[in-house]
Amino acid sequence: MREKILTFIEKNSRIDLKELAIMLGVDEAAVANELEAMEQENIICGYHTLIDWDKVGIEKVTAMIEVRVTPQRGMGFDNIAERIYNYPEVNSVYLISGGFDLMVTLEGKTLREVSSFVTNKLSTLDQILSTKTNFILKKYKDHGTVMTAPTKDERIMIG
Amino acid sequence: MRNPLSKTITTIQPSGIRKFFDIVSEMEDAISLGVGEPDFDTPWHIRDEGIYSLEKGKTFYTSNAGLKELKIEISKFLKRKYDLDYDYNDEMFVTVGGSEAIDMALRAMLDPGDEVIIPQPSYVSYVPCTVLANGTPVPLELKAENEFRLTADELRAAITPKSKILIMPFPNNPTGAIMERKDLEAIVDVIIENDLFVLSDEIYSELTYLENEGHVSIASLPGMKERTILINGFSKSHAMTGWRLGYACGPKAIISQMLKIHQFAIMCAPTTSQYAAVEALKNGDDDVAMMREQYNQRRRYLLHRFKEMGLECFEPFGAFYVFPCIKEFGMTSDEFATELLKSRKVAVVPGTAFGDSGEGFVRISYAYSIDNLRVALDRIEGFITELREKNNG
Repeated sequence: MREKILTFIEKNSRIDLKELAIMLGVDEAAVANELEAMEQENIICGYHTLIDWDKVGIEKVTAMIEVRVTPQRGMGFDNIAERIYNYPEVNSVYLISGGFDLMVTLEGKTLREVSSFVTNKLSTLDQILSTKTNFILKKYKDHGTVMTAPTKDERIMIG
Repeated sequence: MRNPLSKTITTIQPSGIRKFFDIVSEMEDAISLGVGEPDFDTPWHIRDEGIYSLEKGKTFYTSNAGLKELKIEISKFLKRKYDLDYDYNDEMFVTVGGSEAIDMALRAMLDPGDEVIIPQPSYVSYVPCTVLANGTPVPLELKAENEFRLTADELRAAITPKSKILIMPFPNNPTGAIMERKDLEAIVDVIIENDLFVLSDEIYSELTYLENEGHVSIASLPGMKERTILINGFSKSHAMTGWRLGYACGPKAIISQMLKIHQFAIMCAPTTSQYAAVEALKNGDDDVAMMREQYNQRRRYLLHRFKEMGLECFEPFGAFYVFPCIKEFGMTSDEFATELLKSRKVAVVPGTAFGDSGEGFVRISYAYSIDNLRVALDRIEGFITELREKNNG
């Protein structure tokens, strides 16, 4: 049941609990219990809203920063990752295989804000060997959702 | 000038579904629950293969029976899903949708006067295709109390010495009814005793929702493969309606004759679609499962809403239709659908569009998003509440 609940709410977390239970063919109380349990177990880590800020006319700058670091004995990458993700302006931190080690995404109000974070805070950390900042120019798709207006139903109305 | 038309064609009525289309298309904010095709786009990897085949210049005819690669995949698919064994060489060919396969089978098998038993309510093309193939359609009325499944007694009663083909339209459009293994087993003896052939239209086979039994093909039952033409395709299972691609499988003796008509009348199914379909069968099982799960969620939602409204509806386990009973309102299906459309701007299809036995029912499609269904169901609830008040007041 967990997988079914999660698969559903991953795409639509605003669904009414009663409707969700009906659609999954299970008891409403059971769904409520599972949701609560999964929140407790930190399987469900949050409920967020996917926003296309461009359409609101509010300026935001997002950067994806490739970071190369020196791993620490006994700690691997965890310690440095923690030092980075504790900054509230950091959106996500992933350990990456390949040519660099950490992928850090960062959101700021302006270009200057992002670059100041990279030069003053990120690059100055001891274990950081290099950074490469990639600014996002346009978001086409995020969280499995295409960021354009919903398409019209082009099927013939009755067939 | 002489009458340019054949006597046969002028006797055939246009599809009953069309009448509503004209009214609905005039309305700005009407919600249609009338569509008979998936709301999903064809999965991208399948479309991409179609595009790739075009880029590679694969724009020629394929062989009449279809791409060998595709036939091999169809053969594998039928084996893994329904435990069917069809030789891709001479027991199948690829058609322009399931519709063509229905036409070809009837034309290849019927002589004037041969009777075709057509369980109804069912898809609108069986009767006209039978007439065009010089056969005689014999409608068999399925009953709500049997959840619109075909019983041995009903079948026996419909058989005459002229009966040749039994159409098996399951999972069913418009009722959503299925035939479980036990239901099929109950009619197989009657079919064999009376030496009938079966035209089994299993286009909705991948959309069945029983917990413990998937779709069972009648061709997989002992003694049935040699007397069954199996029809299936990609429209419903892989959301590929516009690609127009299906297939027919059956005994070599029948398939080879159907293929002859196909060769002269059609040539071959669309090449681009065939390449896309290879991808659909090779790597599309997860897409099908995802869509099935979503249809099932909507199906449960609709049935729940009907129950809350007190609207009588048996639980259908197939396709993407529900078929609620509207007899309590003292209106015909046609009146109910017309009134619902005019007063609440929701389009459903009157059951009578699928045969006289559909009277007293309407077809509601759940090939729509849950948000769409919610709004439409609210409107229907308002409509029937008003009807009940009027009738009681």
